[in-house]
Amino acid sequence: MVDKVQEQVEALRRLAHTPLQDCIQCGRCSAGCPVAFKMDLLPHRVVWELAQGNLETLLKATAPWQCVSCFACQNRCPRGVSPAAVMEALRLTAIRQQGANKYDAAQLEHFDPELPQQALVAVFRKFNK
Amino acid sequence: MQKIGVFVCWCGSNIATTVDVAQVVAAVKTIPNVAFAADYKYMCSEGGQELIHKAVQDYQLDRIVVCSCSPRMHEATFRNCAEQVGINPYLVEIANIREQCSWIIKDRAQATAKAIQLAKAAIAKVRFNTPLTPGESKVVKRALVIGGGIAGIQAALDIAEAGYKVDIVERQPAIGGRMAQLDKTFPTLDCSACILTPKMMDAANHPNIKLYTYSEVEAVSGFVGNFEVKIRQKARSVDAKRCTGCGICTEKCPSRKTSSEFELGLKTRGAIYIPFSQALPKVPVIDREHCLKFQTGKCGICSKVCPAECIDYTQQDEIITEHYGAIVAATGFDLLPLDKFGEYGYQDSPDVITSLEFERLTNATGPTEGHLVCPSTGKEPKSVIIVSCVGSRDTSGRGKTYCSKICCMYNAKQAMYIREKYPQIDVTVFYIDVRTPGKAFDEFYRRAVEEFNVHYIKGQVGKVLKDARGGLTVFASDLLSDKHLMLHADMVILATAVKPAAGARKLATMLTASMDNDDFFTEAHPKLRPVESPTAGIFLAGMCQGPKDIPETVSQAGAAAVKVVGLLAKDKLRTNPCVAHCQENICSGCLACEKVCPYGAITAETKTVINLAGVKEQRTVAVVNQTLCQGCGACTVACPAAAMDLKGFSNQEILAEVDALC
Ligand SMILES: Cc1cc2nc3c(=O)[nH]c(=O)nc-3n(C[C@H](O)[C@H](O)[C@H](O)COP(=O)(O)OP(=O)(O)OC[C@H]3O[C@@H](n4cnc5c(N)ncnc54)[C@H](O)[C@@H]3O)c2cc1C
Ligand code: SF4
Ligand code: SF4
Repeated sequence: MVDKVQEQVEALRRLAHTPLQDCIQCGRCSAGCPVAFKMDLLPHRVVWELAQGNLETLLKATAPWQCVSCFACQNRCPRGVSPAAVMEALRLTAIRQQGANKYDAAQLEHFDPELPQQALVAVFRKFNK
Repeated sequence: MQKIGVFVCWCGSNIATTVDVAQVVAAVKTIPNVAFAADYKYMCSEGGQELIHKAVQDYQLDRIVVCSCSPRMHEATFRNCAEQVGINPYLVEIANIREQCSWIIKDRAQATAKAIQLAKAAIAKVRFNTPLTPGESKVVKRALVIGGGIAGIQAALDIAEAGYKVDIVERQPAIGGRMAQLDKTFPTLDCSACILTPKMMDAANHPNIKLYTYSEVEAVSGFVGNFEVKIRQKARSVDAKRCTGCGICTEKCPSRKTSSEFELGLKTRGAIYIPFSQALPKVPVIDREHCLKFQTGKCGICSKVCPAECIDYTQQDEIITEHYGAIVAATGFDLLPLDKFGEYGYQDSPDVITSLEFERLTNATGPTEGHLVCPSTGKEPKSVIIVSCVGSRDTSGRGKTYCSKICCMYNAKQAMYIREKYPQIDVTVFYIDVRTPGKAFDEFYRRAVEEFNVHYIKGQVGKVLKDARGGLTVFASDLLSDKHLMLHADMVILATAVKPAAGARKLATMLTASMDNDDFFTEAHPKLRPVESPTAGIFLAGMCQGPKDIPETVSQAGAAAVKVVGLLAKDKLRTNPCVAHCQENICSGCLACEKVCPYGAITAETKTVINLAGVKEQRTVAVVNQTLCQGCGACTVACPAAAMDLKGFSNQEILAEVDALC
């Protein structure tokens, strides 16, 4: 169980691919985030929790869905850390969760036949694991 | 037959744990000419040196190899030791089996093998070493201080007090540096001008000190003990000898739109100006770019009003050439430009200011005569926010990676200024962490919180916007409450990172002094030689070497002065005998060497030489001035014919070393 958590944390860190250990917890990212007032876990905390490996806190957070991917945090971080990348990693993890299939092949007939093929491929890549 | 003695040091456990010293001894014993080899716990100790003395006598050794630490540590020790028993010091070679071997290799077998290789190379070289004798050079008993801030002033005063002549070259029209711009100074809050002005006066009036203001160093040649320096004294357009400093010209000048450098653009000045009221020398200077007389040919008012008739529109820059035994670099600092930090609104609102601008705004001699007002409205602010670490501790490439060191203290100072004079103004400081180590420093910061009720919030400001009411909206985070804040402020002060003064690198190049990646001058040793540059005869004081406050600057300036005095007290210096010389029979006279020599030690001479065929002929060859040459070796590499050779590092010696390795 513990290993599973650790594995997931590692996977998240790999996805985020940003130097979490370089963060000095200055809070500049959160200070400049345009949607910080809506977030339950501020960008600096998102970085901190991932550095600590607090998976539960991260997966519970709704902040990644408030984040508008403006990259203000990344641009202003004095240490070259990207909270935006952690937000994205959290979103990706949520959508990629095993068994959390949103669509399967049986639903294909419900799709608009006019839909470009590319969109269909994208939907399955994102929402079918 | 040569008799070489090899001494292998354990350096306690530093070498002996990774290098099998006994095996090194056994290996070198088999090498021809090695008449003696032994290992010892500390070769540099008295016992180690006695071992060398005894072996030299018992085995009639004539050359010595010590396998030990870096020659930077103990080459001089072992050379002296050899000299005491009658061996020329240049017949000693060091094999560095510590820094280049035991410290960097973990595997014992590998480290031992490398130590044997290094010993073999040193033995191969020492065979070709020749006895060398150092020459002597005289010491010019005059010092140069570059930069007339508190660092330069203090260094110059200390040198002058010791009885030596010293010149200060300051590029601004007056001495004083940044300290002259400050209002009060931490940690005791004494008025900056009150403690600086007397020092400026002392420097200006000292019989041993000569000031070259509005001047810059243009070229440096020579070497420790005898530098030749060209100083450009820019034309002031005012006869400094006759000027009484009355200042009428500066009042009457009709061109008033130039922003004052000293007031950091918060005020304008005339084209003829004295940078600040206590300026020394109190002699105005005409900024020709903004002077109507120089630009349009009309005006000339200053010349008409000057009661001493000292305005001289035809004055020219003057080049002064002077010789110095030692040079102190004290060029200080600038603030980091904020153009890459748009989010703080510095460019958009006049009410967002740097900490240095704040010093002017609270200074009684400043643009507002010390009344703290918002530059946009001229009204007193109700709330002020101070942001620390602006551009400091930044590894993203926008700012500087280092901590600027002085800001935490001046933030507390400035917050207290405000709260003391205007208790109704609310002051908040945003910080990442408060760094106030130093005597009475932490107490100083705590006073701001405990006595003056300054709000310290752990967190940073992310954005500053002008709001509709004419104030500022500040977005910040409060990390301890884990909250995102949106605050109103009338003034925002940015504690901006410091950086070395513009032009420091150009100067370092002239001085052949080294710098770090941030353009701070580097010291010869960060712990043991903190006020010396690695270049002999160049000393460092103040902010040009790294961020520091006034107490530290003054201490360093005093230390640099002692080093200078120690050097000037000598009449002669021993010169390094490892200098270049030209084998004239091979030299083709192409003078490629002359072009690369950084010390100007090589000249062309036409003389009679015996060429390779054994025939006498008249031709041009390169000749090395043995006192100017510093033994850098650039010429030996540039010479296409390999005619240039360096004593102590001859081609033959180096190749023997290489052959022993491969
Ligand atoms: C906002 C602020 C507040 C501060 N408050 C305090 C305080 O309260 N207490 C405290 O202890 N410290 C304080 N400091 C720090 C203090 O200003 C410095 O420690 C001090 O000024 C360093 O002195 P310096 O002589 O090394 O450099 P500077 O003061 O910068 O002087 C360097 C001089 O060299 C000249 N120069 C530069 N390049 C050349 C060149 N190439 N040729 C000739 N001349 C040259 C410059 O014109 C200048 O006059 C403060 C700093 C700031 C920014
Ligand atoms: S991610 Fe960057 S901006 Fe955010 S707290 Fe860490 S160091 Fe500061
Ligand atoms: S990228 Fe997301 S977390 Fe970063 S500042 Fe923009 S909205 Fe906030």
